Amino acid sequence: MSYMFTVSPDFAPDHLSGWYIFNTWLQKQSAEAIHLEMYNHYQDLHQAIAADKIDLIYANPFDAAMLVREKGFLPLVRAQGESDEAIIAVNANSNINDVADLKPNTRVAFTDDPDVRLMGMIMLEPADLHAGNIAPLLSDNHVLVAKHLLKGEADVGIILAEAYDNLSGVIKKQLRILVRSQISVIYHSLMIGPRLQNRRADFQKILLEMDKDEKGGGVLNALGFNAWQRIEDEEMEFMIDLMDTLNT
Amino acid sequence: MIVDMTPEDIIGEYQEATLTYCDGQSRKVLYTELETPYPDGKLIVSTTTPDGIISHVNRAFVEMSGYTEAELIGAPHCILRHPDMPSAAFKDLWDTVQRGEKWQGFVKNLRKDGGYYWVKATVIPNVRGGKVVGYTSVRRKPSRSKVDECIALYPTLS
Ligand SMILES: Cc1cc2nc3c(=O)[nH]c(=O)nc-3n(C[C@H](O)[C@H](O)[C@H](O)COP(=O)(O)O)c2cc1C
Repeated sequence: MSYMFTVSPDFAPDHLSGWYIFNTWLQKQSAEAIHLEMYNHYQDLHQAIAADKIDLIYANPFDAAMLVREKGFLPLVRAQGESDEAIIAVNANSNINDVADLKPNTRVAFTDDPDVRLMGMIMLEPADLHAGNIAPLLSDNHVLVAKHLLKGEADVGIILAEAYDNLSGVIKKQLRILVRSQISVIYHSLMIGPRLQNRRADFQKILLEMDKDEKGGGVLNALGFNAWQRIEDEEMEFMIDLMDTLNT
Repeated sequence: MIVDMTPEDIIGEYQEATLTYCDGQSRKVLYTELETPYPDGKLIVSTTTPDGIISHVNRAFVEMSGYTEAELIGAPHCILRHPDMPSAAFKDLWDTVQRGEKWQGFVKNLRKDGGYYWVKATVIPNVRGGKVVGYTSVRRKPSRSKVDECIALYPTLS
């Protein structure tokens, strides 16, 4: 039997080759046939999840609740010490110095990454901005959000903090951070579906020892972090509750 | 139960009030007109047992409330109750979460030093294996206009 692994589209582009190398490594360690399927958009990913095609997923926190409660997924591990944070950025020359200065019909650029957008919109709430009174500018990726700001096509941009930090120095010099979230309890997680769950403990063990493995350490570097860290079931439940409070 | 507030902890000029909680106990509180602004980008998180005793707080909670984590864990959540808050708001909070629903509202909280801070709070029941094992509240920065509405509204409620 072959299993299907996928990675939430928001993380895929930056470390695409890393995920393929990771999948090869994982197949070897687990002696399971695992196929990595990448989806470019959330819509395609959600269709695959709905059709029960996925067995292993590096999931956006936004999808975690649905995966656990409706699809019987369980958490394995998360990237050690990493969490999802969002940044509200403006053009460096913008006269906006505080979120509270923003007015209705502000042009807001963001990507379809649902947790970053959620965190970003919460940071705009102090100005009474919400989905119903902004001019949204849906962008294909975080670099394009930055470009909308540079060209003056958007007043503020919502960007995944890690993606912002990885923007080129030339771009960053022309931008200014208005707010950086410090939430620290929302993160992507590697989760395992019902068909593979009899191997959950094995997978967890393999992954937690990955940084000590000769090849494993290099694979982790290609993914952009140093080691995996176990997610307890209660930790996942807590994050799901937290996302639930933010989702209103 | 929580002890009375003492002048040594208070920063600035203060007033006194005696709060009577819904369990019948009362506490002398000292409060000032000093507002601590809500920090941008942060969430203030706490979890309670089913009867409202604090069981978890995050760092932002500790920083904003002025209490240490040790003082907070095991204390009833009304340790933050400000005399300007109408009881009706908290009755609505408890009625809502005990029905298993999500509550959202604007709350003025009392700091250990007598000052205050406004939050937009969302409270949900933590359901594990079909049972409510506690409640979690996540607060975010409120807009000034919403706070001003509450400042006008709350004195008219009881
Ligand atoms: C998860 C949770 C968080 C709460 N957070 C606060 C808070 O930040 N400030 C507050 O005054 N009351 C808070 N309450 C409500 C208190 O439990 C209490 O009802 C309130 O302080 C009024 O006291 P009384 O109900 O004894 O009159 C919270 C309750 C729950 C369940």
